[in-house]
Amino acid sequence: MRTTGLILAAGALAASTALSAAQDGGQLNIYNWGNYTSPEMIEKFEAETGINVTVTDFDSNDTALTRIRAGGHGFDIVVPSNNYVPIWVEAGLLMELDPEEIPNMANIAERWRDVEWDPNRTHTIPWQWGTTGVIVNTSVYDGDINTSAIFLDPPDELKGKINVIPEMTDVMNLAVRYVGGEQCSTDRDVLRQARDKLMEAKQHWIALDYGTVDAYAAGDIAAGVYWNGASMRARLQNDDLAYGYPKEGYPVWMDSAAILADAQNPENAKTFLNFVLEPENAAMISEFARYANGVEGSEEFMPEDMTTAPEIVVPAEHEPAGYFSVTCPAETQQIYTQIWTELLR
Amino acid sequence: MSAVELAPHGADTAKPKAGRGDIAWRWWLVAPALVVLLLAASGPLLIVLVYSFLEPGNFGGVIWNFSTEGWFQVFFTRDIFDETVAPATAHLDIFWRSIKLALYTTFFAAILGFPTAWFIATRAPDVRPIWLFLVTIPFWTNLVIRTFAIQEVIRNEGLVNNVLRGLGIISAPIQMLYTDFAIMLGMAYVFLPLMVLPLYASMEKLDFKLLEAGYDLYASRLRVLWHIVLPLVKPGFIAGSILVFIPAIGAYVTPRILGGGRNLMLGNLIELQFGQGRNWPLGSALALTLLVIVVFALLFYIRSTSQPEGQRHG
Amino acid sequence: MGKRNFSIASLPGFATVAMITFVFLYLPIVTLVVYSFNEAASMARWEGFSLRWYEAALNNRQVQDVSIRSLVIAAWAATLATILATMAALATTRNERRFPGQTMVYALINQPLMVPEIVTGVALLIFFAMIKVSTGYQGLGYLVAAHTAFCIPFAYLPIRARLETMDLTLERAAADLYATPFQSFRHVTLPLLVPGIIAGFMLAFVTSLDTVVITEFIKSAGQDTLPTYMLGQMRRVITPEMNAISTLFLLLSLIAVTVFFLLSRKKA
Repeated sequence: MRTTGLILAAGALAASTALSAAQDGGQLNIYNWGNYTSPEMIEKFEAETGINVTVTDFDSNDTALTRIRAGGHGFDIVVPSNNYVPIWVEAGLLMELDPEEIPNMANIAERWRDVEWDPNRTHTIPWQWGTTGVIVNTSVYDGDINTSAIFLDPPDELKGKINVIPEMTDVMNLAVRYVGGEQCSTDRDVLRQARDKLMEAKQHWIALDYGTVDAYAAGDIAAGVYWNGASMRARLQNDDLAYGYPKEGYPVWMDSAAILADAQNPENAKTFLNFVLEPENAAMISEFARYANGVEGSEEFMPEDMTTAPEIVVPAEHEPAGYFSVTCPAETQQIYTQIWTELLR
Repeated sequence: MSAVELAPHGADTAKPKAGRGDIAWRWWLVAPALVVLLLAASGPLLIVLVYSFLEPGNFGGVIWNFSTEGWFQVFFTRDIFDETVAPATAHLDIFWRSIKLALYTTFFAAILGFPTAWFIATRAPDVRPIWLFLVTIPFWTNLVIRTFAIQEVIRNEGLVNNVLRGLGIISAPIQMLYTDFAIMLGMAYVFLPLMVLPLYASMEKLDFKLLEAGYDLYASRLRVLWHIVLPLVKPGFIAGSILVFIPAIGAYVTPRILGGGRNLMLGNLIELQFGQGRNWPLGSALALTLLVIVVFALLFYIRSTSQPEGQRHG
Repeated sequence: MGKRNFSIASLPGFATVAMITFVFLYLPIVTLVVYSFNEAASMARWEGFSLRWYEAALNNRQVQDVSIRSLVIAAWAATLATILATMAALATTRNERRFPGQTMVYALINQPLMVPEIVTGVALLIFFAMIKVSTGYQGLGYLVAAHTAFCIPFAYLPIRARLETMDLTLERAAADLYATPFQSFRHVTLPLLVPGIIAGFMLAFVTSLDTVVITEFIKSAGQDTLPTYMLGQMRRVITPEMNAISTLFLLLSLIAVTVFFLLSRKKA
């Protein structure tokens, strides 16, 4: 027993020293969503600049915000979603960007230059953007799929085969929009209708899970609320799957990269932001994460199955229904949570 | 290194006595563990206690104003439409569901775990560690991927349903995934070693002569089991049930992946308050309520089962 | 005599249930291993044998880093937790009267079990962040400390259960033969305690390997572990690369078993 313990401890020591070795001056620590940073792109960056990069993952905007706010984190770059960006800025957690130092900010596509969550791009640059809509197996149901009715008033064919992602704010906002309200509504009539609609619809849902591309592709789940990039992956496995843009309104989101105010390697961080705004490098991220990036000219470096995908390139007729999700005020959030708890009691 | 110096006295308790010196070495021996626990587990929980009496921050965190609203919300809800106050039955439902599923899970784990531990304990001494390792090997794989593997086995188009259909036993797939059964199955799976290992540890040194004597006396295996074996392995059984039951109440990943998350479990409810719900005081108060319930259950359990202790060693 | 031998090992159905348990334990594991060799990027369809996911895993530096880090933390945490838990178990068992505060001590030792991980995670985040800011040290020590504390009850309970069922006759005999207390501890108590210690260590080790939410909150830059790496992927896509990693971990555990087995053989 003791021998084994010694061996283990020795091995552990050896391994832990190995982990902290291999650095050559430059360092950059990125804090990003899991499975969202192209390893090839990082390798290319390291090769070009000699900067040593670590990528650390977070699993939700709330975790990331909580972690950074507490301090002592050691990160340089963070990639929050658009609706959280104002919170980060207001709390003074992000460094102001200077376009002089990041010349490639000129590559940001027109549509993403002056956005409501970060006017004139003073703090963030685009990383990836996408939509939250519905996915339907058209061999099960071949009616209109561009509506939230898919999961809120489901046709008989889909009843009992629907999965809804457990994202409270997104689902609540979809329901509020469906009954004719605006996101983050505090209008009691709207909220009551939304609640009743959800309560009634829930009996037709089989799960509130992140779901897997596999489950849709194999036919275990026939429809659901899903993200566009994941829907495309599922369609590539099963042609019957199609992605719908609810005409009642659907959230558009953009995860945006920023430099932390207390970054220890701000210069390297600026170099990195400039690097990912290079169309070729932005395309590498898109190819890996399977979402669009908002950098002008990156399309020509992207695989063809993405530049033509109806999930990635929003069809013109569906564009008006999209809205940028905002962070709801505390009052709404508390009501949403209460309805959500009631729904899942 | 006080621990090393004091260890010799440890053996001294072979002759039980509870003098002053005896108590002193016991405190020294337990102190290092308590220090680590106080620094890296229990101590920081005081922060949670403080938070439960503050106001929720706009975007997570807290505002440093005293408030009992968090605790109020554990037990009562203000109706969002007509502002009337009613007991928070939704929270009650969720507490009850979590406790119920944890009980089922413990029971299921015991049904499988007891014979398994018994089987291992009755192997030849030199192969016992091998069997023991066999129980823990699956747990070297990651929890999330392991849970997805279970999903793969029980889903509609999965292994079990396809085999049953292939054999002609069923014609349509049995819906196992996204049910309470799936949660129970998954949790029993995840927590099985926590039941088997303590049981094994207490069985391994069973005095089989005693069993044989009992077998002569009672002449029934069931009665030997009930009257002799069970009392002897009780400490292991208690340890196992605690290790399964308590984490099962707060379980989080398994219910979500296998249960489909249609119904919240306590772990999810608390997570919701610290995450998207952005109500840390309520989350803190809910967690402390859980803590109090578990501590009382634990103390009651220990007191009610530890009376005959001591005599056993005589 | 022949009849009596049955009384121990062959309680009716026990071996059958044990076998069912092992099938139950290994069915998902076998599925997982099989699909690690799948050509397709899927756990649902089989498209032929391929080693591409192993290649991907072995070429992915992040995956390697997080795997090694997980093992390092688990080895440290399980070793420390087992030592502390053994001492604590010796202190809190086998006395005829409870010592003052013993119930409190018992509740404290088991406390990490009693609150959901997220609560411990948030509390530790705030506490450790203060230390991190004031000392400037951001190393793995925090994760090891948190994992150690979290693993203590998992090591403590089997060891305690073992102590409670241990026969004291031998220790008394040793004392009667004028063995010093240390000798009797070293040569009698400790060897008898070994099965409990092994059980405790193994539980602590696999518990540390699975501890995810606490790690997620207190980790600093470059401190992902395998579970937090997986957690980050739950909303995206989980590829069979993860199956490949899991299979490699299983392989590692098999090697550990073999080494352990050979070592214990040699000693015996």
